[in-house]
Formats: sequence, C-alpha cells, structure tokens
Amino acid sequence: MPESIALEERQRQAARPLDPNNPLEVVAPSTTFESVSDQISSIVLTRKTPLFWWCAFGFGLFLFIVFGIAVSYLLAKGIGIWGVEIPVGWGFAITNFVWWIGIGHAGTLISAFLLLMNQGWRSSINRFAEAMTIFAVMCAGMFPLLHLGRAWIFYWILPYPNTMTAQPNFRSPLVWDVFAVSTYFTISVLFWYIGMIPDLGTLRDRAAGGFQKGFYGVLSFGWRGSSHHWKLHKTACLLLAGIATPLVLSVHTVVSFDFTIAILPGWHSTIFPPYFVAGAIYSGFAMVLVLGLPLRKVYGLQNLITVRHLNNCGKLMLVTGLFLAYTYLIEPFTAWYGGNSFEMYTVHNRAVGPHAWSYWLVILLNVIVPQALWFYKVRTRPIPLFAVSMLVLVGMWVERFMIIVTALDRDFLPSSWSNFVATFWDNATFWGSIGMFLVLFMLFVRFLPMIPMSEVRELLPFSRPGGGTEK
Amino acid sequence: MPNHDFVPLEALMQGPKPGLWRTPEEFEGHIEETEQEEISEEGIEFSGASRRRFLALMAGSMALAGVTGCTRQPDEVIMPYTDPPENVVPGRPKYYATAAPVNGIAEGVIVESHLGRPTKVEGNPDHPASLGATGVHSQSCLMDLYDADRAKEIIHLGLPQDWDSFQSAWQQAIGPIQDRHGAGLRILSETIISPTLGAQIQAVLKKFPAAKWHQYDPAGPHSARAAAQMVFGKPVHTYYKLDTADIVVSLDADFLACGPGSTRYARDFAMRRRQGDRLDMNRLYVVESTMTATGGKADHRLPLRYAEVEEFARELAGALGVNGTVAGNGAYQFWVTRLARDLEAHKGGSAIIPGEHQSPAVHALAHAMNAELGNAGKTVIYTSPLEVQPVDQIQSIRELSRDMNAGNVDLLLILGGNPVYNAPVDFEFTAGMEKVKTSIHSATQFNETSLKTTWHIPEPHFLEDWGDTRSLDGTVSIIQPLIAPLYPGSHSHLQILDAMLQFPGRSSYEIVRAYWSGQSGAKDFEEWWRKSVHDGLIANSALPALTLSPNSNFGTPQPLSAGGIEIVFRPDLYMYDGRYANNVWLQELPHPMTKLTWDNAIFLSPKTAKQLRFENQQHVQLIYRGRSVEGSVWILPGQPDESITVDLGWGRWHSGRAGNGAGFNAYAVRTSDALWTGTGVQLRKLDIPYPLATTQLNQSMEHRDVVIRNTLEGYKKDPDFAKQTEHEPAGNLTLYPQWDYRGYAWAMSIDLTACVNCQACVVACQAENNIPVVGKEQVLARRAMHWLRIDTYYEGDINFPTAYYCPTPCMQCENAPCELVCPVQATNHSSDGLNDMIYNRCIGTRYCSNNCPWKVRRFNFMLFQDWSSETWKMQRNPDVTVRSRGVMEKCTYCVQRIREAEIRSENEGRFVRDGETQTACMQACPTQAIVFGDKNNSHNRVAKLKAEKLNYAMFAELNTRPRTTYLGELRNPNPEFQSA
Repeated sequence: MPESIALEERQRQAARPLDPNNPLEVVAPSTTFESVSDQISSIVLTRKTPLFWWCAFGFGLFLFIVFGIAVSYLLAKGIGIWGVEIPVGWGFAITNFVWWIGIGHAGTLISAFLLLMNQGWRSSINRFAEAMTIFAVMCAGMFPLLHLGRAWIFYWILPYPNTMTAQPNFRSPLVWDVFAVSTYFTISVLFWYIGMIPDLGTLRDRAAGGFQKGFYGVLSFGWRGSSHHWKLHKTACLLLAGIATPLVLSVHTVVSFDFTIAILPGWHSTIFPPYFVAGAIYSGFAMVLVLGLPLRKVYGLQNLITVRHLNNCGKLMLVTGLFLAYTYLIEPFTAWYGGNSFEMYTVHNRAVGPHAWSYWLVILLNVIVPQALWFYKVRTRPIPLFAVSMLVLVGMWVERFMIIVTALDRDFLPSSWSNFVATFWDNATFWGSIGMFLVLFMLFVRFLPMIPMSEVRELLPFSRPGGGTEK
Repeated sequence: MPNHDFVPLEALMQGPKPGLWRTPEEFEGHIEETEQEEISEEGIEFSGASRRRFLALMAGSMALAGVTGCTRQPDEVIMPYTDPPENVVPGRPKYYATAAPVNGIAEGVIVESHLGRPTKVEGNPDHPASLGATGVHSQSCLMDLYDADRAKEIIHLGLPQDWDSFQSAWQQAIGPIQDRHGAGLRILSETIISPTLGAQIQAVLKKFPAAKWHQYDPAGPHSARAAAQMVFGKPVHTYYKLDTADIVVSLDADFLACGPGSTRYARDFAMRRRQGDRLDMNRLYVVESTMTATGGKADHRLPLRYAEVEEFARELAGALGVNGTVAGNGAYQFWVTRLARDLEAHKGGSAIIPGEHQSPAVHALAHAMNAELGNAGKTVIYTSPLEVQPVDQIQSIRELSRDMNAGNVDLLLILGGNPVYNAPVDFEFTAGMEKVKTSIHSATQFNETSLKTTWHIPEPHFLEDWGDTRSLDGTVSIIQPLIAPLYPGSHSHLQILDAMLQFPGRSSYEIVRAYWSGQSGAKDFEEWWRKSVHDGLIANSALPALTLSPNSNFGTPQPLSAGGIEIVFRPDLYMYDGRYANNVWLQELPHPMTKLTWDNAIFLSPKTAKQLRFENQQHVQLIYRGRSVEGSVWILPGQPDESITVDLGWGRWHSGRAGNGAGFNAYAVRTSDALWTGTGVQLRKLDIPYPLATTQLNQSMEHRDVVIRNTLEGYKKDPDFAKQTEHEPAGNLTLYPQWDYRGYAWAMSIDLTACVNCQACVVACQAENNIPVVGKEQVLARRAMHWLRIDTYYEGDINFPTAYYCPTPCMQCENAPCELVCPVQATNHSSDGLNDMIYNRCIGTRYCSNNCPWKVRRFNFMLFQDWSSETWKMQRNPDVTVRSRGVMEKCTYCVQRIREAEIRSENEGRFVRDGETQTACMQACPTQAIVFGDKNNSHNRVAKLKAEKLNYAMFAELNTRPRTTYLGELRNPNPEFQSA
C-alpha cells in the first residue's frame, strides 16, 4: 500500500464513529500516539486550569476545613459530640467507613481484575479510578480511628512488641479489618504508582524545565523507556494485579465480618460477604461515573473515555445492583424461614420502624432507580447516567446506615431500645470527609496524568500487529 | 514540734486534766501553734481544725470497728499522723454504726470509712428499720454530705461572719425579748423526733415562756395525725408488721417504695411472699390514685381518683360491717364484696394501709377496719407518737404566718426546713418574713429560706455531728459522726439552742450525752453509752404497743365534686419535699414507673391525654385556683382518668447547681385548704419544647420472654413453666474448648417476685463503683451510666396495666459475646467466671456494647466523671478505678469485694464463706431479691436458688450462658376475681 493511500485511509478511518461491533475499539479512531500524549500531558503541564477545577477544589477545601474543625472538636470533647449512644454504639462513623471503603473497590476492580481479564477498555479510566480508590480508602481509614473513645491509642490494635506483652485479640473482626484495610491501601498505592511511572517519565520529558522537570524527574524514578524497563514494569503490574484481584473480594468480606461475627439480629447473617462486595462494586462504579463524567466533559476527554466506557460501567452497575436486590429479597426470606423471632422483628423494624425511611429509600435508590440502566440510551448518555450514579451513591450510604442503625436500635431486650438521632457534628465529619476526598482528587487531576498515556497508547490500532485494520 | 501522743483511755475517763481537753474549743485554746504543719500533710484541703477533728473522731471510733463488746473511747482525742493510730491501715476500711434520719425518721446504717472519709452506707442488720438493707435516701446521703453547693459559712445579710459575731448579735436581739419573757420570739422547726432536740426546745420555751414553737413539714403525715385525733382522741403513731399479713390492702399507700419504714415493709412483704417455698404467698390489693411501684407489684390493682378512694374505703368498711358505716352505693361492688370476703377469711392476718397523703377519713376508716378484722396489735401496731410534740402543723404555720404578717414576730429561729419554698402559698409566708426584724435559718443548704433571713448558720450533715433520732417503731439511735464538719462554720441545731440557754454553749456531743445520762437509767452509764453508740441503737427503746379501739368518727362522706380534672399532690419519691433536690444521685435516679430523671411531670392517664389531645411530653401550663405553673405531661399507664398527679419537691431556685430549675414547683399552686388534692385544674398547651429525660424509652416486653411469669395457681399446676419457656440450648454449642470452673464460680440470682422497684440497688451500685452522673442532656442522649438498672415493663390494657420489674446488671456470660469482639482484649474472662473489664486497655470501639444482648455496658462518651470537685473526690471508693473519657465500663459483680474476701479467706486458710462477699446491690436490697455467691458450692444460697424450678436465664437461646439468672415472677391473684 502506498504511503499516501495509507494516510488517506487512516484519515478516513479516523473520521468515522466508533465501531460498535469491534470490542477492541475503545477510543476514538482519530487518536494517535502523539495526540494521546499531547492531550493528557497538556492538562498537567500547559493548559490553563479550568474554572471547574477551582470551583471543585474550593468547595472541597471548604469542606476539608469543616472536617478539620469537626475532628479537632471531636478530639477535644470526645465522641459524645456525635449522636452515638447506648444501644446505638456505631453511627455515622462506621457508616462512612463502610461506604468509603466500598467506593474504593471499583478502582481496584478496574485496574487489577479487568487487567487480568484482558479488558482493554479499562485503560482509559483505570488511573483516576485507582486514585479514587486510594483517596476513598484514606477517608475510610480515618473513621475507625476517629470513632474510638480514645483515638490517640489506636495503635494498640496492631500487633507490635511491647513490654506488657499485650497483643490484639485475633478473634475480633476489627483486628482483621486493620489487616485487610492496610494491605489494601498498600497494594493500591503501589499498583497505582508503578503504573504511573512511564507517564511520569513522559511528563518529565515534556516539562518546561526548572521545578516541573525536577518534580516529575524525581517521581519518574529515572524511567528511560528501555525495553528492559518495559519488561520489568509489565511484570510488576501483572504481579500486583494478581495480588490486588483477591483483595477486591476479601476486603469487603472482612468489613462485612464486623457485622456477621456479632450476634445481633440483622447483622448475624452469612449472606453479608457477597452482599457487601456487590454493594461495594456497585457504589464504586457509581463514584467512577460521578467523577469521570464531569472530567470527561470539562477536559474534553470524550475521545478517550468513550460511550463504550459509559456503557460498560452502566452494565456493571446493573449487574451488581441486581445482586443487591436479590440480597434485599433474601434477607426477609431467611428471617422468616429461619423462624427466629428476633430476626423477624429486625426485618419488621427496618420496614416500619422509626428508620423505615432509610429502608424504603434504599429500595428506591438501589433497586428501582438503577433499573433505568436496562436502557442503552440511559447507559450511554452522560446526564442520566450521572443522575443514576449519584442516586446510587446516596442509596448505598443510606443502606450502610440502615444496616448499622436499625440492627442496633432495637435488638434483643426491648427496655434498651432507642432512636438514633444524628447531630450537627456527625454531618460535619461526614461532609468533611467528602471535602478531603475532593481536595485530594482535584490535586491529583491537576498534577498527575489522570489517564494513563502509555496504556491508552497500547489500545491504539498501531500498537497491534497489522496496524489495527484486521479484526 | 510538740508531740501529741495517744491519750490513754483511763486518763480521758477521769475527766479533763490540765493539758488534756474535752471540747474542740478547749482544745483550740491549747495548741494553736501546731495548726500549720498539720494542714500541709497529704494535701487534704480542710482547715487544720477540721482535719485534726476528723483524725480525732477516727481515733475515737476506732475501737468500735468490727468487734462487738469492745469498749469505745470518747471522741475528742487527737493524734498527729506521724504516729499512725493503731489498727488504722490505709486501704482497709472501718465501719461505724449510726442512723440516717430519712425525712426525720431513723434508718440504722453502718458507714464505711476510708481513712476518715465516709465512702459507702450500708444497712445495720441489728436495726429494726433496716435489717441490713437501705433505702435510696440513706444510700445516697453521701451526696448530701459531699455536695459542693452546701452551705459553708455563717452568713449575715450576704456577708460571711463567725460564730462569735453571731452570738453577740443574738445577745443583742434577745435582750429586749428576754424582758418580755420571750414574746416576739418564735421557733419554727420541722417535725422534731430527736428526743434531745425536743428536750432542748422545751427548755428554751421554759426559759422564754411567751415564746412559741411552730412545726411544719410540707409533706408530713398530717392526715394520720388528724385521723388519730378523730378516732382515738389523742395522737397515736401507727406502723405495720407485714411479715404476718396474709392479705395487704393499700388504700393509695406506696408503702413498699416510699415513706418511712418502706425498707422494713418491703423486707417483710417479700419474705411473706416467699413463705413455704412460695406456695403460701400473701396477696396484695392496691387501690391508688396514680401508678406506684407498690401498685405495680399488686396482685389486684384498682386505679381510682383520689376522692374515690375514700368512697371505696367507706364501701369496704360497710361491707366489713364496721360500726357507723353503711353499705355504699355499690359503685365498687365487684371489688368490695370479693375483697371483704378475702379479708374476713384472714382475720388478724391482714393489714389495711392508708396512704400518707390520703384524707383523714381514709385513715380513720382504715383504723376501724383493722380493728374490725382483729389486726390491731397483730399486723397493725399503735404506739404513742414518735414526735416530741405532735401538733396540727398546718394550723401551726398558719399562726406563724399570720403573726409575722401582723408584725408580732421580732426574732424568728428556723431550724431546718425551707418554708419560703414549701409553705402553703396562701399563707404569704415569704411576705411575712420581710416584717421579722431578726431571722435565723439553720440548714445544711443555703436555700430559698436562707435568702430571706438575716442570718444563716450552716447545719452539719448527720455524718458530721452528734444527734439522736427514732425509727419507725420508736427505737432510738444515737447518731454518731464519721467525719468532722467539712465546713467549720457548721453548728448543729443542738448547739444553737444550747447557746440560747447558756453561754457559750456546749458541743453536740456533750448535749446528747448529757441528755441520755439523765434518761438511760443504766447503772453504768459509760457502758450503756458505748454499747448504744456501737450498736447504732439503744436496746429495748422501741415504744410499747398500745391497745386502742377506734370510735366511729369518720367524718361525713363528701359528695364527689364534679369540678373537672382533679389534681393530686404527692411528695416525690426521691426529692421528698424538696430537701434532696441537690443530690445528683437522686436527681439521676430513674423514677420507678416512668424512668424519668431530672424532672417531675404532670401524670395523665392515656384516656385523658387523648381527650385533651396531648402527646406525651407536651409542655403545658397548669392553671389551678388562679395560680399556674408550667410543666410537661407524662402519659402514665394505670393513672386514673380525669386526675393528674404532680410530685412536690421540684422546681427549686436556690438549691445548688443540680437542683436549680430541675422540674417545676408544684408548691406554687398548693394551698392550705387543699393540701393533697383539689379539682378544677386546667391544662393549657404551650408551644415550648421541653423534653423529659427517661432512661427507658420502651416499656413493653414486645412478647419476648424477658420476665417469665405465672400465677401461683399456674405454678402449682406446672412448676416447670419457667424451664419450658426458657430455650436453653442443649450441650455445649461452642467452637471453643469448655473452661472447667474449679475454684469459685461467682454467680447471681435475682428473684423477680421479690423485687419492688425501690431503686436502692441502683444507688448502692453508683456509690460503690464510682459511677458518674451525666446530667439531663446526656440522659436524653441515652448515655446514663448506671451499671445496674431496673427495667419496668407494662402489660395488658394500658388503662389497667400489670407492671413487671426486672433488675438488669451484667449477666457475666460464660460465653460472653462482648469478649470475642474486643480488638484489644480489654474485656476478658477471669478463671472464676467473671467478665472483667480492663479500663486501661480499652480504646473505646464500643463493639462490646453493640454485641451485648442486654446492653448493660456503659460508655464514657465524654468526660462524665467529675475530676475537679474536691468534696466528690472524698466520696470515691479507693478500691475502684475512676474511669475517664472514652472507655467502656460495666457491672463487675463488685469484683473489689470478691477479691478482698478471697485474700482475707486465703490468709485465714479457708474458703470464702457464703454471704461473706456481697455485691453492693445485694447488700442494699430491702427484699433480698438479689443473691450473690459461689455457685460451685451446692450449700450456698445462690446455688440453691439456681436449682429452683423457677430459675431461668434471660435469652438462654443465645447460648451466652449467663451467670446472672432470674427466678420467674409469681403473682397470687384472687381466683374469685377471675370468675367474673
């Protein structure tokens, strides 16, 4: 094929829309090696910071300051500033913990699980999804510490050598939590960072000089792009993906043990591990979309995060949402089938008790609303998809609240029943953690490549034998 | 440095010698120069004088510790601590007998003292009103003693003064009055029962013949006095012996939980209830105008309006054939005929008890019925009055108010009480106070009355100074102090009166001793004195029973007025007439039937509330006879319709930080002609939110097997019913290896039939275990800290409910769900089966509490413990850790007592004896419903109780294997009531 014809052919190809029948085609056909690098590195290096960024960062910073005040007051006064009480010993803090950590799960699923499954489309969204994981786990990890009566001695929960030879209680799920969450955080950070090294190298090479060059130079660990480097990099990524993939299932399983190991009706249930994992992925994908859709619009990334991505994310949400619907259905059934009057009362309490609003809100937001995802038009249009994702995020938070509070407020002995009421500080800490997440995420968007250039390049037809023209 | 050695006993007994001393005054004169160095030692923040005195008292009382028959040294002995007194070992407490005047009437107590600090009150087993148990008031008296808001100084017109300036002011004021033989001098006191104080007042009246003595108690037994005049023609004191009563009928009397003698009554009642392996139970009928703890315990309960109770009593008297009564109109025929039949079948073995606040006619009718049934002298005992001089107290304060307002009172001495706050509002007592030239108020608190008087003299708490009082059967106790007055300005009523009689006056000790040396009639007074003080009572001093027959003067039946809603005033269970308002333990102690803390409420029946369209906790304005107060409504199951009950003693405005503003002041609408009841109340909705703090939001058992219960008949037919209801899992369903409890296995048994919901155990637990109070806001936030609570459940028709009481401490599960989930092993199992809590290790995840099916764990959500009040620090039990913010705590079975007994028994080479170690709740319990001990020894009481057929574990199906188990509740309804 003569050179000129090849070029013409290529231009013609680039102008056509995405081929819906070619699963390998995930990014816009016009994308080239160079355009990817230009587009992504310019966001960090050269383009003017958009107003959207300043607004989002400013809003996040405001909430982050609220968080700082709330936490300072908390440490000064004690957790009595929250609505927790006897019998509802866990309230917003543990709700937030479970919610945040669940959100993290989608990032790992995308970066690790889908990598192993050879799902190429993941490349476009994996970097920011993974950043989301890390920041979500950071938010999550703070709550179990903050909710302690004596937060300053949180490290007693770790097995470290000490003169008292006092060790944690390995029968307690809270200790398992510590291991699960800290492992998860470590692996996620490593995976994210190692995956980013080639891109950091690109940024270093394109940096204008001075501080920029130094900054990315240090971060890129002397990446030269030699084939030896690439070989090691690929191996490391694959290995870390192998380690991270089971974590997608195990971390939330362990988190669910916090509840299942207890003897409370409404908590003590074997369905919790899959139930929690499904919920985690569900809310995680919702968060990926809630973050990805505005970024895609503001930074003009429609060519990289394409309709196909939206469609796939929507499908995954639908599947996990249906799984949740199944567990919602099976819970009353097992309570009834098991014949345990306490269990039956908890189901009753959830449906008609003082927090019945939370139960029905969960059904509405987590079961009914996502049914819209059956429609291709909903899955592929940013605005309806954003709306559904937002509602799912709310629904998942309320679900965690419902699980925790409605099991505690009316358990075995009626004399101790009560009615949980959240305080201003409960809300301030929760919204404050969203602020912290936003601040970190916006800094990431501004200073690091939010879409992996190297991996997207691999998606392009030129990376494949035959230049991508064969199917 | 002068060395004050132990003064030999012999030397003291020979009387004062040069260099020795008897009184503090004498003593101060001698060795003032030593004060300085003694203050600094140990950093105790008393003045030198009080510290010296407290050491002195300690030494003096030392010989009393523990050993009966030992002689006792007189008090005023001093030792420097550099020569430690013999037998005083830091960490090992001493116990002294004394008597707590509860609303004036004695309850014998034994007080635990750690290095001179009274820390815990227990009952005196030898005292007839206690038998080893305590009521809430004697149990909580330490909080009155250590109340940081107590009166501390002699105050004259707002400025601090000393005793000498008071005395000279007194001389000035009394001068002109003395010339008029006392005209213009008035003494106003509470009901005086103390023989010594009575004798002194009478001596003062002898010296000033024209002076007058008034007595006033706002919530005293006015009706009983009036009724005694009516039917016996003279003052008579009545008390009951319930241990021989097969049938008890209460006519609006809350005798099990409230009022003098309730501790003893509860014991006798519960013992009689368990007679003959429970097969020979007594039966309790209660007719009452509000839901009380006694009513909740009744086998048959009839809620009637206050005015209807009298009607009922007349009808019952008619049915019993009492002279001078006629069969009534039959409104209560169903009840009356059956009750009369039951009473007649138990002649001489029943007791009809009228409520203290019921009308004189009800009391008179009760006397007549008891006489008719042959109960007088058997279950109902008459004696001459306990008071030194019984008077019509309403008349007495009416005269005083009138004379004050007329300007006829120049010098008014108020001994205790708080008339400005609690005198009937129509007497204009406060206005009269303005016209008195010199007024002196002496009380432990600087209260509303102190604000209006020219002088205030702090009164020592009864644990700080000598005195005497009588118990319900007349037995006299010498009150011996355990600690010198915390505030040096304190002068007892005895001292004040003595200063009126002679200058400069004697100490309380000398006055009491001098009085009894004339009264004892003993050959060897010293020995008599020592024995009496040591034992906590004067032997054989009970008043002799009188044989009396009542006449038929019951007054004329009043037609029930149809004036709308009726109001009933009752003294509060805990605040009584308001005197305990600043006692934080009592403020936070839940009301037995509503579980309300920190407030009184307007009790309404569910039906009336519905008619008035009131929600629970609706804030209303109560308008009655042109006066009004504002309070919140509480819908009380079992309250009669069209009748509201309000508790007196709340709404204080100068009681101290705890009592100020708690509740509303019902005295503000209480007039002398309607002391206890009246009609024509209006309730007007207010748009102000005023939430009430209750510790139990749900009072239904929700059809769960919480209190397993049956009737006596049911029990006879099926003795195993409790076991059948309980779902104990078979075998050892646990993954973990079973622990073999070889040595001790501590366990508790709670007899639900016996519990009368008096709450004494709750306060006892709080006192023993340094449990903080949290305040109304935190109770509202569901963070009350009581380790032990008594749950109250209602069952059946909300208008005629049955109540059940369930004391709930930690169950000390063998498979404890809390231990499994603690991430830092802060809660663990001990080898003898206790569920231990390591406060220092706790990081506060609250997971243990979430996993506790009984929710008995308590969390320090904030810094609830008071770390700064010096006086409160003195109360703390040094054997129990004071918990700080952020840690979990819970019932430990009073592990400090267990370990102490174990160490002692080990040193003596034996096992802990049954009953040697008692939990605080068990020791305080008037009905002995709580029994604790080692269940591994089958001879122990607890093991025997656990072997009973009624024994069950709550929620046994959870397989936590609780060490605390319950004995199912039995009721004994009259079979005739069911037939209808």
